[in-house]
Amino acid sequence: MFKKVLIANRGEIACRVARTCGRMGISTVAVYSSADRHALHKEMAEEAYWIGAAPSSESYLNKESVLAVARACGADAVHPGFGFLSENAEFAAACNEQGVKFIGPPTHVIKRLGSKLEAKEFVSNAGISVLPGSVKHNESNTSLAAIAVEIGFPVIVKPSAGGGGRGMRIVRKTRELKDVLNGARREALSSFGDDSLLIEKFIANARHIEVQIFADNHGNAVHLFERDCSIQRRYQKVIEEAPAPGLTEDLRHTLFEAALKIAKIIGYTGAGTVEFLVEPNNTFWFIEINPRLQVEHPITEQITGLDLVEWQLRVAAGQKLPLSQSEIPCNGHSIEARLYAEDPAKELVPSPGRIDYLKLPVSSPNIRVEAGIRTGDFVTTYYDPMVAKIIATAKSRKDAITILSEALGQVRVAGPQTNERFLKKIIDHPKYRSGTHNTDFIPRHLKKLQQSVDPIPNNLHALVAIAEFSRPPKTQSVSPWEAIDGWRLNSRQYRQIIFHSGDKKLSFEYVSGGLVHEEKFIQGSGAWRSEHTFLGSIQGKDVSVTIIKNRDVITAFVGNKRYILEVYNPLKYDTDVGAGVGSTFASMPGVVVAVHVERGAHVEAGKPLLVIEAMKVEHTIRAPFDGFVSEVCFEIGDLVNEGDQVIRLDSDTEV
Amino acid sequence: MSKLSSSINPASDEFKANDAAMSAIIEDLRLVTAKARLGGEEDARKRHQDRGKMLVRDRIDSLLDPGSPFLELSPLAAYQVYEERVSAAGVVTGVGRIEGRECVVIANDATVKGGTYFPLTVKKHLRAQEIARVNNLPCLYLVDSGGANLPNQDEVFPDREHFGRIFFNQANMSAAGIPQIAAVMGSCTAGGAYVPAMSDESIIVKGQGTIFLGGPPLVKAATGEVVSAEELGGADVHTRLSGVADYLADSDGHALAIVRRLVRNLNTKPSENVVITDPQEPDYDPAELNGVIPADARRPFDVREVINRLVDASEFDEFKALYGTTLICGFARLHGIPVGIIANNGVLFSESALKGAHFIELCCQRRIPLVFLQNITGFMVGQKYEAGGIAKDGAKLVTAVACARVPKLTVIIGGSFGAGNYGMCGRAYDPRFLFMWPNARISVMGGEQAASVLANVRRDRMEENGDVWPVEEEEDFKKPIRAKYEAEGHPYYATARLWDDGIIEPAETRRVLTLSLAAAFNRPIEKTSFGVFRM
Repeated sequence: MFKKVLIANRGEIACRVARTCGRMGISTVAVYSSADRHALHKEMAEEAYWIGAAPSSESYLNKESVLAVARACGADAVHPGFGFLSENAEFAAACNEQGVKFIGPPTHVIKRLGSKLEAKEFVSNAGISVLPGSVKHNESNTSLAAIAVEIGFPVIVKPSAGGGGRGMRIVRKTRELKDVLNGARREALSSFGDDSLLIEKFIANARHIEVQIFADNHGNAVHLFERDCSIQRRYQKVIEEAPAPGLTEDLRHTLFEAALKIAKIIGYTGAGTVEFLVEPNNTFWFIEINPRLQVEHPITEQITGLDLVEWQLRVAAGQKLPLSQSEIPCNGHSIEARLYAEDPAKELVPSPGRIDYLKLPVSSPNIRVEAGIRTGDFVTTYYDPMVAKIIATAKSRKDAITILSEALGQVRVAGPQTNERFLKKIIDHPKYRSGTHNTDFIPRHLKKLQQSVDPIPNNLHALVAIAEFSRPPKTQSVSPWEAIDGWRLNSRQYRQIIFHSGDKKLSFEYVSGGLVHEEKFIQGSGAWRSEHTFLGSIQGKDVSVTIIKNRDVITAFVGNKRYILEVYNPLKYDTDVGAGVGSTFASMPGVVVAVHVERGAHVEAGKPLLVIEAMKVEHTIRAPFDGFVSEVCFEIGDLVNEGDQVIRLDSDTEV
Repeated sequence: MSKLSSSINPASDEFKANDAAMSAIIEDLRLVTAKARLGGEEDARKRHQDRGKMLVRDRIDSLLDPGSPFLELSPLAAYQVYEERVSAAGVVTGVGRIEGRECVVIANDATVKGGTYFPLTVKKHLRAQEIARVNNLPCLYLVDSGGANLPNQDEVFPDREHFGRIFFNQANMSAAGIPQIAAVMGSCTAGGAYVPAMSDESIIVKGQGTIFLGGPPLVKAATGEVVSAEELGGADVHTRLSGVADYLADSDGHALAIVRRLVRNLNTKPSENVVITDPQEPDYDPAELNGVIPADARRPFDVREVINRLVDASEFDEFKALYGTTLICGFARLHGIPVGIIANNGVLFSESALKGAHFIELCCQRRIPLVFLQNITGFMVGQKYEAGGIAKDGAKLVTAVACARVPKLTVIIGGSFGAGNYGMCGRAYDPRFLFMWPNARISVMGGEQAASVLANVRRDRMEENGDVWPVEEEEDFKKPIRAKYEAEGHPYYATARLWDDGIIEPAETRRVLTLSLAAAFNRPIEKTSFGVFRM
């Protein structure tokens, strides 16, 4: 067995791998980027090394840097986790050449699978159905369009390289195709360093079913049953479960056999996942093989009672598979929900920022939590915005859903927007509960799942005001100047809190026994029970509220609902002020990936001016009105901050 | 340790009557203060805010550390002094905390006569600078003023303690290492232009602040040049071209945020604390002071009933309790800060003066701040006392008071008459802060005495001429004198003219004193050397 493993990843999976290594007595080495210099995964390992700047291309995708660390620290193996370098054949080869075992399939297998076309061809030759579409790499937009017409719309555009749903788009009409292809190429290039695209037939109403396989170097291959990952948004899974509900035993075994057959002919070793689309009539199509651990591997571990990372390590170390097919149990039902920092009220766009407060469900025999983020950490624009995975396991699917639903109700996050209520609504949905959902579930029900932001209940502002006024002084100094009662000479104390509420400002003034709001007295009192919990009473009604304050933003949790209150701060200054009409600002931090206009150009309202990519999603900034471009403030590749002016536009003067 | 007891019965009719009388006085004080706090007339305030500017008190409230106290100075300055209403003399000053550091804030109120400097505006500005200088507190100027009030130029411009002194003070405080920071949030014309120019660092608000020696009308008159205020001395000119201002702010809020950052960067030590023990509240409620002070100013009261409602745990170690009993001296703590208290309990005799001088020597030797509680009709008069050298003994007390270098705080809690005012650290003796209770009276002597003295002189002269002065006529003669003394001895009259730093409610005295003391500790306590004591 290995003595020291370098974990070439970050976040929860890096922590997860370190845990198993620790249990097996293997030393661990973490690597981290500048953005992760305070990250949890760095602390979980025995050693940690900096590998580059924040962008993945400089750090977690930087093969030379990772390998140099591996050699320098004397690691005898590299665990790539998922994403980043996990499917990079060149990196795997370099590791193996330099005597550092890459934990994954053989290099040539990774290479073959890395090309979706080659993999499809291989699988098709083995007699398993593959989706009609491109057969060649590097097709031009024109020939991709021709293929689309040939196989018929709707079609799906995918980057040749990579995975995780990035750069994938559905196209329903010919005239949409050109724009979509350009956007997909850019995203593919930035995510995977390769802008070649594929086109495939898009199957609606299908389920995403995948089979976990494992093979060793001694000719043994087993499956660890299937997972249903049909709940997806933007082709990224958010809820997965094992086993898949409602599959006939026949179909299950057909899929297992197909998966193992594919593994055999490809010469697979290690952990892998064979993904299929299954139509309502049980027709199934091969999609791809992922030659690595999957994000959703814990649900398989839960129903089998096995540690997949341990198996990976054993297989990579040359050992035989620990169990034969018949020895692998399949008990109960497990569901995973992915907690993301994204805004369910705004089409699930990533919501980066500091995690001011994070309370996840407590682990138990039924609840497993995988997190790589703690209170005080940042969700940055550089990486995946996942906060945690919450996995519920029970005897029956119904019980697992109940447990998961409760667990999601216990999640408390302050800082970025998060999707726990969105997730809860999905698993509470009758369609999901009945197990008859398919990949169309989120798009079809999006409106209902999103829902609008809850209106702030009556008296919550007053309650929070009382809580803020009741905060104990920060220092123990005895100077009378440390007082926080807002003392004023010969007049009322000045203790006021003003909230923004839409266009209005709500002002609360502290007076003995309560508050004055709009010249009316509100009875109120209370005390802090812990750092974040305030037990208050407003007009005789007792309420417990969890309050997290970060500068001018107060996140208040009442029951399982989260409310954001914004405190008016007269000293907050707006960098936009005085910048002039027609300035256009970045709505979120990110990297400029396209500039569509030049200085002096005339643009019409609505014309795309510039594209910013943030957290792998593109945001187009459009002209707010007709005018001339007086300045283009950034170039392609520049990093912009939220609120940065990216283009200056003059409405009437020509430059 | 000796605890003071109290013989006051808060349930007594007398207490209730006193309390009612004092409450009425306080009610009036609050009302008058509230009006002054509004600043200019409603339309002026509205115009100010419509321009996106914050009202002066909102600026200060936002500038201070959230929830921290603000010790405003002389909020009733210029009250009923000028024919026009010049609320707070058009400038708000005070001591407040910014980024954990006590500072003096001097902020013009442009809604009051354009923030122009009346004679008392100058006096108030200079007094705030004086407080900054003697207590070593950074000065923050929030400038929004049209400069000298032209109709009053003769009382504003030329003299030693006039406008020019502001900049003299800025230069010399800066030289002494007392930071000078100005935020130009409105006009800053003529002499006023020197406030930011003389500051260590200055901020100007875009589209709002202007700095120029001569405004557009003057420029046109002088040279014929036609130029807008913004072009002449706006934020752009001064941050980009002239270098008169150092930081450009987008708004009032932004400017205040920058002021806070600058204070944060001062790299000065916070308060120089002496040995402070755990603060303890007095055993007796300070709010009872309203009922302790007799409604009739002529009735004496035991000042220990005041001390036991001011000091920590009502503990007071009285010095020479059996000697010179009309002056109470002793050690106590205020919010944990050691102080020497000197309080009147009657007319000053030779013994009381000697005891006071002795006690001041003790406190200076030990660097213990002094608190004077003034309620004094004067030194004892009469042949016996003059022959006994009361002038000589009084001089010892005055010498001790004048020379003491420890922080001195004075509160006039009753009468402040004649040389008693000097012996008890009146304004001329440079107490770091001087406050007055709303029931107090201050004049060279009481109205009744003054009327009697003047009547006696007149009667003597008439009798010399063989005239007879009927009693009714004498009463008619005395009445206006009494009225004049009553009016001019009233705390409103005094505070309007900056004879004090503000009128404070008795129940707030403890708070005001502790804040003042803690502010005073920003300057290390020096060693005292006394002048010659006439023996």
